[in-house]
Amino acid sequence: MSNQKDIVEPSYLEYKGKYKGIFSWILSTDHKRIALLYLFSILSFFVIGATLGLLMKFELIAPGKTIMDAQTYNAFFTLHGIVMIFAVVIPGLPAVFGNFLLPIMIGAKDVAFPKLNLFSWYLYVAGVSLVIVSQFAGDGPPDTGWTFYAPYSFRTAGTMLPAVFGAFVLGFSSILTGLNFLVTMHRMRAPGMTWLKMPLFPWTLYATGWVQLLATPVIGITLLMIVAERTLHIGFFDPSLGGDPLLYQHLFWTYSHPAVYIMILPAMGAISEIITTFSHKTIFGYKFMVASVLAIAFVGYFVWGHHMFTSGMSGTALYTFSLLTFLVAVPSSIKVFNWISTMHQGSIDLQTPFYWAMAFIFVFMIGGFSGLVLGSLAANVHLHNTHYVVAHFHFIVFGGTGFAFFGAMHYWYPKITGKMYDTKWANIGLVLFFVGFITLYGPMFYLGFKGMPRRYFDYDEVFHAGNIISTMGSWILYSGLAIIIINLFASLKGGAKAPADPWGGKTLEWTIPSPPPVENFDEIPLITKGPYDYK
Amino acid sequence: MENEKNHIIPYRNFLLVLTGLICLTLISVSVTQISLGTLTVAIALLIAVIKSSLVLRVFMHLKFENKIFSFAVIAVFLIISLVIFITLLDYLYR
Amino acid sequence: MTAETHRDDLASKTGMWLFLFTEMLFFAGLFVVYSVYRFRNPEAFHLAAKELSVPIGTINTIILLISSTTIAMSITAIQKRNKKFTLLLIGITIILGIAFLVNKYFEWGEHIKEHIYPGSPILALRGQGDVLFYGLYFFMTGLHALHIIIGLVFIGFIIVKIVKNKIDSENFVLLENSGLYWHLVDLIWIFLFPLFYLIT
Repeated sequence: MSNQKDIVEPSYLEYKGKYKGIFSWILSTDHKRIALLYLFSILSFFVIGATLGLLMKFELIAPGKTIMDAQTYNAFFTLHGIVMIFAVVIPGLPAVFGNFLLPIMIGAKDVAFPKLNLFSWYLYVAGVSLVIVSQFAGDGPPDTGWTFYAPYSFRTAGTMLPAVFGAFVLGFSSILTGLNFLVTMHRMRAPGMTWLKMPLFPWTLYATGWVQLLATPVIGITLLMIVAERTLHIGFFDPSLGGDPLLYQHLFWTYSHPAVYIMILPAMGAISEIITTFSHKTIFGYKFMVASVLAIAFVGYFVWGHHMFTSGMSGTALYTFSLLTFLVAVPSSIKVFNWISTMHQGSIDLQTPFYWAMAFIFVFMIGGFSGLVLGSLAANVHLHNTHYVVAHFHFIVFGGTGFAFFGAMHYWYPKITGKMYDTKWANIGLVLFFVGFITLYGPMFYLGFKGMPRRYFDYDEVFHAGNIISTMGSWILYSGLAIIIINLFASLKGGAKAPADPWGGKTLEWTIPSPPPVENFDEIPLITKGPYDYK
Repeated sequence: MENEKNHIIPYRNFLLVLTGLICLTLISVSVTQISLGTLTVAIALLIAVIKSSLVLRVFMHLKFENKIFSFAVIAVFLIISLVIFITLLDYLYR
Repeated sequence: MTAETHRDDLASKTGMWLFLFTEMLFFAGLFVVYSVYRFRNPEAFHLAAKELSVPIGTINTIILLISSTTIAMSITAIQKRNKKFTLLLIGITIILGIAFLVNKYFEWGEHIKEHIYPGSPILALRGQGDVLFYGLYFFMTGLHALHIIIGLVFIGFIIVKIVKNKIDSENFVLLENSGLYWHLVDLIWIFLFPLFYLIT
């Protein structure tokens, strides 16, 4: 770090602690090192999940059996779902970028409970290991889909218990991360940083923390009930014993719908940071942004029933859930409006992270509008459990969270590694990724609209053309992904040294050297101005 | 970080609250032995809520903590009742 | 540790409260299940609840209430630097917690002797409402008992710390947190007791 004379202490990457080698990572309680532990584990599972998806798409290139039989396909989409939902997108932004940046952005030296933070990572690894065990132990892998719907989940011969328990442990890891962040934000903001001087990424983590805290236990107990159902035949969800399988769906979605907001809120936060930085302009409507984040988190807690429109709920419940679903679109569109207004009359610097943010807004809008189609009761009857739903949630979950994840990756990469990446290859990767994404998931809207159901390894001849396009899209997407990842790794070695503030950002992380020193700040800053002080 | 002096609560207060809690338990037991129909549920739950607020306020020190804790506890209870209410919207009208 | 170690009692207490919220929501899932099945099987729940022993339930409630009081008082005791009295009060909490479990053991034993337990064919003959009621009864009180055991271990660990003077009148946030946890267990029982024993 020769170009930064003011460094007295080593960066967190060079710091020599008590332990050496790998132990200096897996035993470190430094939030920045833990963030990188998460980054590498999440990235590995993402590649595994994406490969499963690639193989499933290849199976669907032609009707009938192509490379795998029905049972393998069932196991594949189950594992793809569990890995992608529980091990990638839920912890993705909070555990990686939240861990790395939250303490820095609020002017703290670490999170409130550093040891608990490390413990959460171990729980994460343990949870994923259990899911992996379920693939190889017992009478074959789970084949229920990631939703573990009752009564099938306690009747199937697949090895359910480790998978269900793995999801339970992953949930616990997520709870502890959320708890840690909430306490950090309540107790450790730098002097002068009032709540309304906090940047938006921490704000989204704050709302996410509450959702993690208050929604995850519900799935914890639901999964325990599935365990009890399988081992003790307790009858909660077994119609032959008087239980109601629909109640399982209620409880499951009481968590799993808010989980979508665990995924998307931090994504929105990261996008807000990127857009203000590259527009060189204060975020438009800061208070509305904060309020809309909290509103999404709150209303989003009560919309779970829209996953069950065709499962036989009462009419009253249908209307209520449909109404609430439409309500949650309001704060989301406030956010999109404010992002666009931020760019208006800004002096926009067209860099890779900004392109990612644009791509995010594009796919998020499509995902959001298709969500409204699904949220209206009549349309839902036609579209439920078709590829339309698959397209919708991939546009939101993969398009939303995934694009924001890579956007954040390219935005904070100089800060995290101290290196600049190769912009040309980063942009090529992004274009391929984006084109592949639209080619892969776009046709699914059409296919679902025409009635192609989800979760089948086979389909009718009339759906062939759309599926061929979709499968080709998966190849483009995958090569884009490969370029992005290879480029980021190659730049670790070959990249130029990053200055403290390569983009002209104004939040606190850009005031300290890249990569940050072990204790983040020599002196805790005194905050007097709002987070985005451009003028 | 300042660790502000905690409020010392006299032993007597705890014993008073305990007496109150035991009385409420006995009232709850004896009232529910009389058949009052749906009112029984309401009374039993009402007494449970009074008891829990005593535990929360005195034993768990909410009375002496920052207001934000009480606010959060109330919010959590509200969320739980909303979830039960919304779920029952399905079952009541099915 | 990277950042220099500092102590922030309010942070630990806030963390504990947030953890208690997750515990509340954890049980809330079961209360949802309870309310749905009670609504769907009012008669069976009514009759099955009559078979639970109200005296034992009442005694257990009072036991838990007293144990909560003693651990709450122990915080006053430690602030007054009265180490012996603190230990005595926490000891009473532990003994009462064990007494609760012993009662529960005999109560469960009675039911199991009568072939009432989840998965029992004899219970299944009595109808679906009974299966659900006892399924919920065993699952919820079982989970509650598990929390009692965790609480006892936590408090046992606190006793060691007090004996070793790691917890004293200046630094007792751990004692407060264990107390909070114990009160939560009490709080859940305050709702479980009427829902299973009293609403007949």
